[in-house]
Amino acid sequence: MMKKIKVGIIGSGNIGTDLLMKIQRSNFIECTIFVGRNLNSKGMKIANEIGVRISDKSIQFFIDEPDAVDIVFDATSATFHKRHAPIFAKLGIKAIDMTPSQIGDMCVPAINLMDCVDSENVNMITCGGQASIPIAHCIANTYKDVKYIETVSVISSKSAGPGTRANLDEYIDNTEKGLKELALCDNVKSIININPAEPSIDMQTSIFAYLEECDLSLLNAPIKEMVATIQQYVPGYKIAIDALYENNRLMVMVRVKGLGDYLPSYAGNLDIINCAAISVAEAMAAKIQLQRKDHA
Amino acid sequence: MPKISISDATLRDGNHAIRHQLSKSDISIYAKAAEAAGIGMLEVGHGNGLGASSMQVGLAKETDTTVLSAARDELSNTLLSVHVIPGFATKNRDIKNAIDIGVDVFRIASHVTEADITQRHISYVREKGKKVLGVLMMSHMAEVDVLVEEAMKMEYYGAQGIVIMDSAGAYLPHDVNERITALRKELKGNVGFHGHNNLSLAVANSIEAINCGATIIDGCAKGFGAGAGNTQLEPLIAVCDKLGHETGVNLYKMLDASDVASQFVETVPIVSPTSVISGLSGVFSGYLKRVELVAKEFSVDPRDIFVELGKLKVVAGQEDMILKVALELAEG
Repeated sequence: MMKKIKVGIIGSGNIGTDLLMKIQRSNFIECTIFVGRNLNSKGMKIANEIGVRISDKSIQFFIDEPDAVDIVFDATSATFHKRHAPIFAKLGIKAIDMTPSQIGDMCVPAINLMDCVDSENVNMITCGGQASIPIAHCIANTYKDVKYIETVSVISSKSAGPGTRANLDEYIDNTEKGLKELALCDNVKSIININPAEPSIDMQTSIFAYLEECDLSLLNAPIKEMVATIQQYVPGYKIAIDALYENNRLMVMVRVKGLGDYLPSYAGNLDIINCAAISVAEAMAAKIQLQRKDHA
Repeated sequence: MPKISISDATLRDGNHAIRHQLSKSDISIYAKAAEAAGIGMLEVGHGNGLGASSMQVGLAKETDTTVLSAARDELSNTLLSVHVIPGFATKNRDIKNAIDIGVDVFRIASHVTEADITQRHISYVREKGKKVLGVLMMSHMAEVDVLVEEAMKMEYYGAQGIVIMDSAGAYLPHDVNERITALRKELKGNVGFHGHNNLSLAVANSIEAINCGATIIDGCAKGFGAGAGNTQLEPLIAVCDKLGHETGVNLYKMLDASDVASQFVETVPIVSPTSVISGLSGVFSGYLKRVELVAKEFSVDPRDIFVELGKLKVVAGQEDMILKVALELAEG
């Protein structure tokens, strides 16, 4: 078996810790450094327990050890990533950005994974974007003249960490930008709602489109194919309500059950963005392996 | 006795009753009447507030800019206010525009347990020198200590007053008493109450709130609002006058405003059988129109939809769940 490509994680909150646990299962990448600002955080303790090297030096770690990893997941915040991005670029470390900073190339693996493999900086949009944009993409490709697309995500209160809560505006902006770029519709809107019900609800996202007319049967095959593609990296992704059309309104609802790695399975929002990011890193790793083999 | 500030939500909550179809001229004529009546604050916009026009909760007839500008033109003493829910509205897209139009008061709202999503919006509006109230929606869904804690967060973020909404019309007077008393004790700024009439208690609950120290009371002409309607302003003002609570609102002119509202209030909200179940189930009043439509389409009992939504503990803005529940009920 090929040697795994080394990756790092910066940001030791919910997203970073869940990424760390998921990467343990990868055949292509291994996490060799988990970086944050506080060695006593819950995420740091977990990393330490499973034997992953930890550092509280934040971005300085990568400046001091530029050859430690080939790829880094930035799970800090949009504000921090704006500072980190040029540093990673200068150090030649590929960045997979989990924040809504709008810096890198926007990626939904089921749509444009191979376009992003060579990018220096890939943006994973948002959890709602990962869930909704593939369906919006199917709708926009199936029907001509989609005048408007709207996506509404509901996530459980417990899965929305302080970063998410403070950055709802950035979440909305980034999801809308992702919809425009990857679902190819100019008139879009994104809404997010946090639900505190106990027991926690699974993440769910509705995708709406405004259509003058609509033959629903045309959408079945493309959605089925898309869902199968997404399930390859997010097993818990499924259609909760099949496409419905009434009063010029097309609606599809999807639900994401997480794998329950760090947060319980209701946090499908973390799962989908993290699984998507890992599939990007694995594709990058395969490419790096190939290049090294050619060199050798 | 402290003066009671009346916040008139006819042109915002009323939009729920007619699927967000208030027109520019409706806004103009009623704003003029509200100004003449001496209303303290007039709330204008889509039922779910700024930036909320959507397929999820309903597309509005007019843009935010159109309705806010129309109201702005009619108001001088009455303050123009907006409802803002982070997750629907953003600072750059919506709040900035509303400030430019000349909105005076921003009521930044969240579900009762999620106050921390309002921090950046509250501080942004304060930085711009505008008045900010924090609004806790669906307040019956939290225990009193949680409600107080969330209200204190909003005050800490910079809100100059906190309004609790009985969005489902679920409170009995003693529930209001317990909550307003607790808030009055812990908060420095004003405390307000926003009632709904599902159990015919909106005016009584509002008076209970005043007796416990609330100084901001929301209401609507003809009770024109979501579900069974809001606290009806005409009797509220009359009762306040009778009890000696100063509101600054002239009763006769308020009654005139009510006549003006007749021009756009298609059906005066009533406590319908479905609204009673909605109130008992503790489900957001704004769902009524959509529930009635969907129930008809799928031939299910709208009351069953409300009961199921209540069990799922849905919050405001989850209209897509109505369809999901109806589908499940239809399939048995």
